[in-house]
Amino acid sequence: MRIAVASGKGGTGKTTVATNLALHHMRQGRKVAFVDCDVEEPNAHLFLKPEMDDGTEVHMPVPVFDDDACLGEECRKCVELCRFKALIWMAGSVMPFTEMCHGCGLCKLACPADAISEGTRAVGHAYRGQLPGLTFHKGLMRIGEAMAPPLIRELKERATEDASNADIVLLDCPPGASCPVVQSLENVDFAVLVTEPTPFGLHDLGIAVKLLRKLDIPFGAVINRDGMGIDAHAHLRENGIDLLGTVPHSIEAAETYSRGEMLYDASPELEQAFTAIAERIESKAGGAV
Amino acid sequence: MKQLVVISGKGGTGKTSITAALAAVAENAVLADCDVDAADLHLVLDPEIDKEEDFYSGETPVFDADLCTQCGLCLDNCRFNAVSTDFQPIKENCEGCGVCEFICPSGAVSMHPRWCGVKRVSRTRFGPMVHAELGIGEENSGKLVTDVRRTSAEIAERDGAEFVIVDGSPGVGCPVIASLTGADACLLVAEPTVSAIHDLERVAELLKHFRLPSACVINKRGVNPELEECIIGFCEASGIPVVGSYPYDAAFNRAQSERMTVVEYDPEGFGLTTRNIWEEIKQFMV
Ligand code: SF4
Ligand code: SF4
Repeated sequence: MRIAVASGKGGTGKTTVATNLALHHMRQGRKVAFVDCDVEEPNAHLFLKPEMDDGTEVHMPVPVFDDDACLGEECRKCVELCRFKALIWMAGSVMPFTEMCHGCGLCKLACPADAISEGTRAVGHAYRGQLPGLTFHKGLMRIGEAMAPPLIRELKERATEDASNADIVLLDCPPGASCPVVQSLENVDFAVLVTEPTPFGLHDLGIAVKLLRKLDIPFGAVINRDGMGIDAHAHLRENGIDLLGTVPHSIEAAETYSRGEMLYDASPELEQAFTAIAERIESKAGGAV
Repeated sequence: MKQLVVISGKGGTGKTSITAALAAVAENAVLADCDVDAADLHLVLDPEIDKEEDFYSGETPVFDADLCTQCGLCLDNCRFNAVSTDFQPIKENCEGCGVCEFICPSGAVSMHPRWCGVKRVSRTRFGPMVHAELGIGEENSGKLVTDVRRTSAEIAERDGAEFVIVDGSPGVGCPVIASLTGADACLLVAEPTVSAIHDLERVAELLKHFRLPSACVINKRGVNPELEECIIGFCEASGIPVVGSYPYDAAFNRAQSERMTVVEYDPEGFGLTTRNIWEEIKQFMV
């Protein structure tokens, strides 16, 4: 079973919920595959603390030009067709700006002179980590890199390989509701939306809900820091959003989180809270984990 | 006119609340919300919308079923799994590259501008505000951010405003680069948690490329004093002055619920803190 943990924005406790659910399932003796899809700012490893490998570089395809074969000035077909302005005509030849390239391969398809072949460019690294009962995946995008999707795709492929051995795959999605999130949500069975009881939190939850309804993925919500702000329960009821459970607000929880420690182990109440959420997901997602 | 961008690397650090607080003390500023993925500034500033424009970026294919012979070439050549087996575009996966249009021998595919969201120009009690809303599941937030930035700078020039205060985008990717490009100064909001410090380091790395004068504000002071020292140490080593801090306080949430900035909610306490921070920022911006 593949469960994604998402939220309309950062800082609502998405990683907290995802990592504590992972810990719960490990404690239940299940095999867990965990994927941190936030390749811009992966944080889950700070909490689960798996033993990490040195990582492998992840590449995407980019065009390579053979200037001798190129027909030159009169042609410029590739430059005209590239929609991402990754190619410009400069000083008598095609100049690729591979940072802008999406790797679509249109230029290669279009070149009448077979002057374009395919090379690769590194977008970041993928790391694999291990804990007893858990395989961990994270990606780290090069700083300033725009192409997150190839890296997320690579992580999900790795997790799919692991999934044959895992009882549950947990995906910690990037924040927001734009393309990297959509990429992360592909083929998941159920999504957990984490929100917090503030106007910002509920506003952003609304955006995430719209996205999941559009993608037709079953979901429910977890209220993090419940009791800290406004009444989120009423908001969920009014909007027909299923409540999966709450993580109660406490200074103790905030301090535990700040140290990079797991809430699950911080107090019996918190352990109970995550256990209840995990059980509710299981019954909602309709299938034994 | 000076453009200050407020960023934090990680979300949830209070960046938007602090941007709103600065808006309340800065006289003569234009405000811009560049956190287009999770635009929240309007929840506090209650803008009255003057102008709303659709924002288009890139292209999206349309398949004509009457012309399609189901030859499968588009399916084979699309690298993004964005063509379904019944020859319809899967918009969520589509990058708009146009390979399908190019490869189709029957002319069944045409490319059209892609709607990505809306851009708004509004009035608030603290001055003009430019904000945007990205369509659900849309991409190109970087371009929308650039558009918001450009419009806010134009308004500032037109009105003779002294500052543009930008609520920046999270992360270290395309949108935050678009938030920072051409800015005059950057304010980092940091909270004393292990994960926020991790992100602060990544975003400080990014800032090196921009060589912007930067300063840091610590939010949620008191949650973890040890990590506050860490932030201060890191900022010192990176040449980023710490210009103030806010304590961990429920007032932030209460102010938010009342659609107020913390400056309005608590003029004597948070109001004063914010004024001091703003004075410091003005110093290093010039
Ligand atoms: S399409 Fe091929 S031949 Fe034409 S300009 Fe580009 S590389 Fe040269
Ligand atoms: S692969 Fe696509 S995006 Fe890259 S240069 Fe060629 S046409 Fe442009």
